[in-house]
Amino acid sequence: MPTLEFILGHMNYWLFTVLMMTGLYIVVAKGNLIKKIVGLNLFQSAVFMFYISLGKVTGGTAPIFPLDMQIDPETVYTNPLPHVLILTAIVVGIATTSLGLALIVRIREEYDTIEEDEILAIETELVRKENRTHGESMGGRA
Amino acid sequence: MSAEALHTARTLSDHLPILVVLVPFLAAPLTVLIGSRRLAWPIAFGAALASFIVSVLLLLRVLDSGVISYAIGGWLPPLGIEYRIDAANAFVLLLVSAIGTIVLPYTIQSIKNEIPPRHQTLFYTMYLLCFTGLLGVVVTGDAFNVFVFLEISSLSTYVLVSMGARTDKRALTAAYDYLIMGTIGATFFVIGIGFLYAATGTLNMADIARYIQEHGTNRTLETAFAFIVVGMGLKAAVYPLHLWLPNAYTYAPSAVTSFLAATATKVAIYVLLRFMFTIFQPDFLFEMHAVRWVMMPLAILAMFAASLIAVFQSDFKRMLAYSSIAQIGYILLGIGMLSTTGLTAAIVHLFNHGITKAALFMGVGALVLRSGGSFYAKIEGMGKAMPFTSFAIVIAGLSLIGVPGTAGFISKWVLVQAAIEQGYWPLALAIVGSSLLAIIYVWRVIETLYMKQPAEGWTRQEAPLTMLVPLWIMAGATVWFGIDTDLTMTAARTAADGLLHGFMGGAASGY
Amino acid sequence: MVCCTGLWGAQPVDTNTAILLTMLIPAAASIGNLLLRNHANLRDSMTLGAAAATFAAVLVILSNVGNSTTEAFSLLTVFPGLDIAFNVEPLGLMFAIIASGLWILTHIYGVGYMRGNNEDNHTRFFASFSLAIGAVMGLAFSANMFTLFLFYEMLTLSTYPLVAHKGTPEAIRGARTYLGILMGTSIGLLLVAVIWTYTITGTLDFTQGGILRGHITGPMVALLLGLYAFGIGKAALMPFHRWLPAAMVAPTPVSALLHAVAVVKAGVFTMLKVGIYIFGIDFLAETGASEWLMWVAAYTIIAASIVAMTKDNLKARLAYSTISQLSYITLGMALATSMGALGGGMHIAMHAMGKITLFMCAGSIYVATHKTNISQMNGLGRIMPITYGAFLIGALSIIGLPPLGGSWSKWLLIVGAADAGQQVMIAVLMLSSMLNVAYLLSIVGKGFFWPAKAGEATVIRESPTLVWLPPAITAFGCLLLFFYATDIRDFLMPIVGGMR
Repeated sequence: MPTLEFILGHMNYWLFTVLMMTGLYIVVAKGNLIKKIVGLNLFQSAVFMFYISLGKVTGGTAPIFPLDMQIDPETVYTNPLPHVLILTAIVVGIATTSLGLALIVRIREEYDTIEEDEILAIETELVRKENRTHGESMGGRA
Repeated sequence: MSAEALHTARTLSDHLPILVVLVPFLAAPLTVLIGSRRLAWPIAFGAALASFIVSVLLLLRVLDSGVISYAIGGWLPPLGIEYRIDAANAFVLLLVSAIGTIVLPYTIQSIKNEIPPRHQTLFYTMYLLCFTGLLGVVVTGDAFNVFVFLEISSLSTYVLVSMGARTDKRALTAAYDYLIMGTIGATFFVIGIGFLYAATGTLNMADIARYIQEHGTNRTLETAFAFIVVGMGLKAAVYPLHLWLPNAYTYAPSAVTSFLAATATKVAIYVLLRFMFTIFQPDFLFEMHAVRWVMMPLAILAMFAASLIAVFQSDFKRMLAYSSIAQIGYILLGIGMLSTTGLTAAIVHLFNHGITKAALFMGVGALVLRSGGSFYAKIEGMGKAMPFTSFAIVIAGLSLIGVPGTAGFISKWVLVQAAIEQGYWPLALAIVGSSLLAIIYVWRVIETLYMKQPAEGWTRQEAPLTMLVPLWIMAGATVWFGIDTDLTMTAARTAADGLLHGFMGGAASGY
Repeated sequence: MVCCTGLWGAQPVDTNTAILLTMLIPAAASIGNLLLRNHANLRDSMTLGAAAATFAAVLVILSNVGNSTTEAFSLLTVFPGLDIAFNVEPLGLMFAIIASGLWILTHIYGVGYMRGNNEDNHTRFFASFSLAIGAVMGLAFSANMFTLFLFYEMLTLSTYPLVAHKGTPEAIRGARTYLGILMGTSIGLLLVAVIWTYTITGTLDFTQGGILRGHITGPMVALLLGLYAFGIGKAALMPFHRWLPAAMVAPTPVSALLHAVAVVKAGVFTMLKVGIYIFGIDFLAETGASEWLMWVAAYTIIAASIVAMTKDNLKARLAYSTISQLSYITLGMALATSMGALGGGMHIAMHAMGKITLFMCAGSIYVATHKTNISQMNGLGRIMPITYGAFLIGALSIIGLPPLGGSWSKWLLIVGAADAGQQVMIAVLMLSSMLNVAYLLSIVGKGFFWPAKAGEATVIRESPTLVWLPPAITAFGCLLLFFYATDIRDFLMPIVGGMR
């Protein structure tokens, strides 16, 4: 029984879920290769949000010690660990995106298009040609 | 809760767990910085060989004195990152480093044939990075660290696969599809880790295991489990998450496929094992009927469907790719039985299939070198033109079928034994039934090589020695480990025991 | 190379070494064939020497051990508890003697045939042949089911190149059927049976009285027996018999040795070993688990004989005859009496000698006339008297008439059936003999008494010496075996515990 309190209290999870599904949908549904990468990025951003929101402590402040290192024992700090994890994940995400984009550039060079269905058509034609030349060896024999 | 750095003096042998990853990791940028095509290979080989030696030492130490624990930078777990090695990952470590080392001499001629000269140094860089990543995944005891190394290996894998573009431009789309699917898989894995962290407050595997043991499960943990299994399942090409594999294996350069087919999916399965058994523990799993009711049916489906598809392929490499999917089905079947024998079978098949597939893909690569393609039509009669290569392929093919005297037979034996022990008769029959399909697709290759006439004007031109020797080492290994099963079975059994009965009990050396 | 001094009293070579030699010498000969590929005469004589040496090694074992059973010696351990181990016991020793002895003859025959027929790829042929014999030796001396399974598969694989030898599309197709059925049954059924046995008993060692007693009861026994019986595809129990006629695409020396003697005998030998040493004859009798097998064997005996009558191709007819005769041995095991088992064991020897004669005669006819169909062979007997004479003797042995060896084994089988109270089986055996007369003697009859085609008498001669001599020798062997039959029976007595 989702009460208003429950929904508002878990806002971050709802947002994360919606964003994640949007990203995943884009990856699956869009035919343009670059758009897929964008979708992937959305997907990954949702995950980052999820992690960071996990680390938030109510009433917590940024996890940085004061310069003079006079640490007030009453201070509540937000958990820095998820932030660190996400930094790593962001870097991984950047590397993935750049690699994906580089691949798209090469695909554009070779295929002249970056639309998934057109690429599929070209590849199917290639496969058909291959089967014509090499398919003979399959024989008809069981 | 501050973690103190250890200030006790340590020798080199104490640092072995990190060295196994560090050496190739440092060697990778070294190849780029030096930039010389001639030096790239020696550096790579030196690094790989060093890792291999270290992994042998680690395995011997683990089998001797139990779990090894190593705190990186002296920062103690659970806050510091820990490398934790028991029989399971020592065994997989051995497999990965051995294959990585043996395939390297093979790459010399193979990539000269398949990759443009200006990319050849970078090939070795990527190879080393992939190698590092895989080793790191295996060796680490920290859940998030797995993700980091996994992505290191995955990204370099995507690059390696795409390097086959000169031979066939479909390598690019194959790499792209692999990238999309692999990233989704890895991200699912990260979501799972996130839930684990949210529920337990720690990322250290042993610590999470302890928490779960003390507090039991809740829905968050179950969700985490689901995400992790699906995510790693994608990386391990579990049916029906296998769609990236056939194209990636077929269009990648032969040397790359030889390396990947034997290691990448195996490492992913290892991660599955680690999470399923060490962290989530068998009792939790017994509650999770999902394992029995989802994993087993999918495994059987993989075994039959993939084998059947393999029968009808007209390309040797693609056939081997589908065969790999089927073999991963066998491994999952062993895991799904949740018994010591079943798990032993799964782990030993992980190893045996690794060496078998490495040998087969190396064989294909040699054939591709001389005949210019891997279609059956192109390799007809190669039994006469390349007798040594072909015979090695025959031996490895027999191992794939599971003929006695080969490694494949050993894993099939233990697998059927595990099924019969539990009284799962249909499973035992399913295992042998799908092996019969393997006979068909392997025999097609043998007939093509030996029973057909070679192309016009053929000469007897064997593959170069740098390709032939690794190929024969691997093929010989499939026979060796089919006859002397001491190492593989002991390691697998110890690993299975360790996984099923938790490695919480034993006091680790160096902790 | 080990040189046996031939002194029957002394022990020139230790038995275990001799066992290993029986496998290593053929293996070495196989490699030797590959190395000597360009020196045909040297190569073929080397193989002949190897065959003689192997036979000598087996004889050494015979003189060392006689008909006692030796301790198993383990070559290496594959799994803890599962070794590759060998030992000597009467049935295996008899099988080894037959196989290695007949190898010598068939090698001579093979050389004559391959050269007389101008076949290709002699090296590949003789190399695979030697390897196959090595596998047979390993199989004969196996001390446990695991070792036997290993060599069983090795035999299938090493005979594949022989079946596919001609390289024609029919040969390839025939070889495919051969391999498909044999490997299919061995991996699909036999392996399951072996692992099942291992799982419930913890061992696979061949033991007098069997190893299954106390570990398995009820219908499970029959089921396990079924997995074994149908899994041993080489015993050609219907419906897994199709590989035998399919394998007839191979050159006749292959059919002669391997499919009349080695491969099929390996199958029924395995069947007997399983029945006697894994199940135990008494255990089978108590549980009645093999009754259904009797009926399947009986069906195979009759059905194969009937099919044989319809075949015009000589080798095909002989193939179906073999299928029928093999089921005699299976029947012997299934009767679960000691006479039955003894009869089955003896029939291995008798049928081997008889069938190899028939096949070699078929080959001899082919070399001389290039004819394969019986309808074309009218009147040939008068032109090729030696070949047809040998064929007659071999046929009489198969039919089971004295004074040929086959009569003795048939007699023991009938006694075994009587012991088991299975009068129907006695009728089956008699009916089978009559059918044998119909499809075997008709060939001889047509050969001697019907007129030949015009002009053939001038064109056809008897085949080359190397080709008619071996069948003549084996025909004489059939006669000899009749007189030595009691010795063979006494030799084999220990396998059924020396009872009666």
